Amino acid sequence: MNGLDIWMRENPITYVVLGSYAVAFLIFAVEIAMVRHKRKITLQQVRLMRDAGDEE
Amino acid sequence: MAINWFKYSAPTTFYGLAGKLIPWFGISAAILFAVGLYIGFFVAPTDYQQGEFYRIIFIHVPSSIISMFLYLIMAGYAAMGLIFNTRLSSMMATAIAPTGALFAFISLWTGALWGKPMWGAWWVWDARLTSELILLFLYLGYIALHASIDDPRRADRASALLAIVGSVNVPIIYFSVQWWNTLHQGSTIKFSGTSMHVAMQQAMFITLVACWLYAIAVILARVRSIILERERHTKWITELPEVKN
Amino acid sequence: MKARQKRFVFIAVGVAAVGLAVALVLNALDENVSLYFTPTQVFNDEAPHGRSFRIGGLVEEGSVKREADGLTVNFAITDTHKRIPVVYKGILPDLFKEGKGVVAQGSVGPDGVMKADEVLAKHDENYMPPEAADALMKAGVANAAAASAVGAASAPAAASAVK
Repeated sequence: MNGLDIWMRENPITYVVLGSYAVAFLIFAVEIAMVRHKRKITLQQVRLMRDAGDEE
Repeated sequence: MAINWFKYSAPTTFYGLAGKLIPWFGISAAILFAVGLYIGFFVAPTDYQQGEFYRIIFIHVPSSIISMFLYLIMAGYAAMGLIFNTRLSSMMATAIAPTGALFAFISLWTGALWGKPMWGAWWVWDARLTSELILLFLYLGYIALHASIDDPRRADRASALLAIVGSVNVPIIYFSVQWWNTLHQGSTIKFSGTSMHVAMQQAMFITLVACWLYAIAVILARVRSIILERERHTKWITELPEVKN
Repeated sequence: MKARQKRFVFIAVGVAAVGLAVALVLNALDENVSLYFTPTQVFNDEAPHGRSFRIGGLVEEGSVKREADGLTVNFAITDTHKRIPVVYKGILPDLFKEGKGVVAQGSVGPDGVMKADEVLAKHDENYMPPEAADALMKAGVANAAAASAVGAASAPAAASAVK
């Protein structure tokens, strides 16, 4: 039985919260950030396209 | 009747509708997460066998259920795109894949953290765990295949076939615990009812709804970007207020 | 037939064909997909010889004996019909208890004893507070609940499919 095994049994709630919930919500946060970034980039591209179209 | 459906599923109307709905889904997801986790950690009792470790269930089960359902919905949209040639269905399928993959990953990750203290192993090659891992690979394969083909219409068609064929895996995940001897326990939520204490059940149900609302919100946000990107040559896009400024 | 209907039929036939193929493959692999064998299967000679495999079932009540070195444990895995004695040297998972589900990996020697190098605990799908479990125990339902932990132990696919 190594250190991690002992630690998780002494601190089950910390193990559950940090290991599962914090990781899950971190993943959600990253996903939200990526979706927002994608929208920003796409809007920029669409505006560029339109401006290029206007000049022609 | 069918004509009506197609009218409402046009990217033009859907773009605006999705934009209005996203904040509502997002806010209610946040509220329900808070309520569900409060019940899950402070109201629900400790389990007679597993002590505190079982509390992983409030994220593990919802993400597993959603990863499976999202795959079926994605395959359904992909099939609709293939059969009816509707633009929006293919875009929806593309928008669902990353969220589905993330939920499949969360399911596997939280499952491993649950398995270590309870079973004595992070990972076992039993039918349930292996088929869920295959689900993650199917999502990743779909994303990779779609990204590797430049022409979006061709990418839609090729990846739709993968999505449709892969949907065979979903019933295998669900029934694996009945069909074979697995280390993973049977389903807690059965068609005949649940084998769970009421507060635990409430917490799990609320976090399940929260995860659904969250998934819908990010998928709608992602599909809006995809619509913008794919329809950028059309007049209605250039007339959008957010593009005009 | 319109092109749209044709595509639908193609997809339906395709999915059915792939589904059938997967079903046949899984059926052929049946024993290999299952994580463990039951003691009855081992007695019926369905388990592999000469290589390590897993046995799953319940830890027989009253069978757990620890040796003087404090690490070696003797117990028996039962599916209520047959029993296989197991000897294991190592740390047992928390949920390892008499009457609860267990999966042991190792090989069975000529004396019929499995020398295990890994023991995993299998828990059931019931979640309740300790008080409720005590009440159930008094009512004598706990044994039935514990038996469902191994689900398919006595009659593999059939028993659990009915549930």
